[in-house]
Amino acid sequence: MVTEKDVEHIGELADIGIDTAELATFTGQFNAIVEYFDVLDRVQGEGAVTRDLYNILREDVVEPSLSQEEATRNAGAQEDGFIKAPRVM
Amino acid sequence: MAVHTIRFEPDDRYNAFLNVCANPIHGEGKLAGIAIAVKDNISTQGIETTCASKILKGYVPPYDAHAVGLIKNAGAAIAGKTNMDEFGMGTSTENSAFGPTLNPCDTGRVPGGSSGGSAAAVAAGMVRMALGTDTGGSIRCPAAFCGIVGLKPTYGRVSRYGLIAYANSLETIGPMAKNVADVSLLMSVIAGHDRRDSTSYDRPYSHTPSAKIDGLRIGIPKEYFGAGVDHEVAAVVKRAIGRLEELGAKTVPCSIPSMEYALAAYYVICTSEASSNLARFDGVRYGPAADTKKSWHAAYQDVRKQGFGPEVRRRIMLGTFALSSGYYGKYYAKAQVARENVRKDFARLFTDVDVICGPTMPTIAFRLGEKSDPLSMYLSDILTVPVNLGGIPAISVPCGKVQGMPVGLQIMGRPFEDERVVDVAYAYEQAVKS
Repeated sequence: MVTEKDVEHIGELADIGIDTAELATFTGQFNAIVEYFDVLDRVQGEGAVTRDLYNILREDVVEPSLSQEEATRNAGAQEDGFIKAPRVM
Repeated sequence: MAVHTIRFEPDDRYNAFLNVCANPIHGEGKLAGIAIAVKDNISTQGIETTCASKILKGYVPPYDAHAVGLIKNAGAAIAGKTNMDEFGMGTSTENSAFGPTLNPCDTGRVPGGSSGGSAAAVAAGMVRMALGTDTGGSIRCPAAFCGIVGLKPTYGRVSRYGLIAYANSLETIGPMAKNVADVSLLMSVIAGHDRRDSTSYDRPYSHTPSAKIDGLRIGIPKEYFGAGVDHEVAAVVKRAIGRLEELGAKTVPCSIPSMEYALAAYYVICTSEASSNLARFDGVRYGPAADTKKSWHAAYQDVRKQGFGPEVRRRIMLGTFALSSGYYGKYYAKAQVARENVRKDFARLFTDVDVICGPTMPTIAFRLGEKSDPLSMYLSDILTVPVNLGGIPAISVPCGKVQGMPVGLQIMGRPFEDERVVDVAYAYEQAVKS
């Protein structure tokens, strides 16, 4: 059973921004969906996932890439050619 | 290379396009002068790309997706960007932040999703071909609902570079068109190795469809004709399979027991991957700007609350929940076991049969607004998600109508046997045409 408090906590973890007014609706929908997910409790088998390709990495060498101007063009807040972010401290 | 221009002025009464390129340029090659619509979660250099989300409004990619670069090199003209469920999260295209797309066959009904704009643009004759993406059925569902052909390629066969990620381990770009030959032609351009996608295989596709299916063994899983599947839809699909038998194919009854868990596993995996992938949308690098005077959590929460629609917020939270401490083993780890079981079921079946056939969707296109409850919408993906969990190819080809609405025949194949599912679809299409 997922409570409104759980949903509020998950919303905080995900930085999703939930209003108190939305909590009841989201909690109700969550419970219906999570109840459906509970079918997975009965799954039998090994978890070992088989894959035939592993860690495809390229050599760590410099290659042509976007210019600083192109890479920052879509940022809403910029300063001196850098992307500006909200304060962390 | 010579550059030409075409005029593209579609009568878009279905809200299929989010953005139309009025005079697109094109070069020469296999697709010379063909106007191709591109789903709005596929990056197009210089053309706004929003994933039908307010959080990417105004975002203009500085580079092309690999598949877009390939179709441009082959001479295609990019006709515009098509509507979709926001970030691909939906089965109806009603979850677009810019209004739903209407089904050209009946404007009171949804076109399916999430590539509903691409399907409607093709079905209405606005473009000859379109690119869609398929995470849990998002090419095949709208193809079935709008009466066109859509191919979900084998995972790894088409590069995902430039596809804005929703659920990386499940999704792929694929071709949509009115007929199988055009789907095959577009596939031949977009398939192949790309070193910028670390899951890309070197398996190009150069194939001309063949209608010869004599001796083909077709698996008919009972789950595809069981509870939840509309009787009339099942009957139409069975008749279509009968047509394949007349062409020399043999049917083999079979079962996919892992389907009992497939849908739950799919939704746990896709929401988990989404919760991680969509963390990048915070108003810093693209989209409407975060207020840099606020603390970062407050600023991000403002942007994400205003920018994401309800379904996207729901899925991000579900994924965050499924991956959170204390629940990981119960949901995510179990979903991976269920996924492996689906893969094993397909591998077992494909030792006895060459393809598996069933309906693409359990019903015809639903009415706009009919599925307001999220879980009931999720349940309609039951016949398409096993393919994504298994990474196998599947095609949807129109096979008749119920209540005047198109029904899709789904043909699933062994990994990297995209050519074979194309051939079976082609054989059916040619047989009903003649």
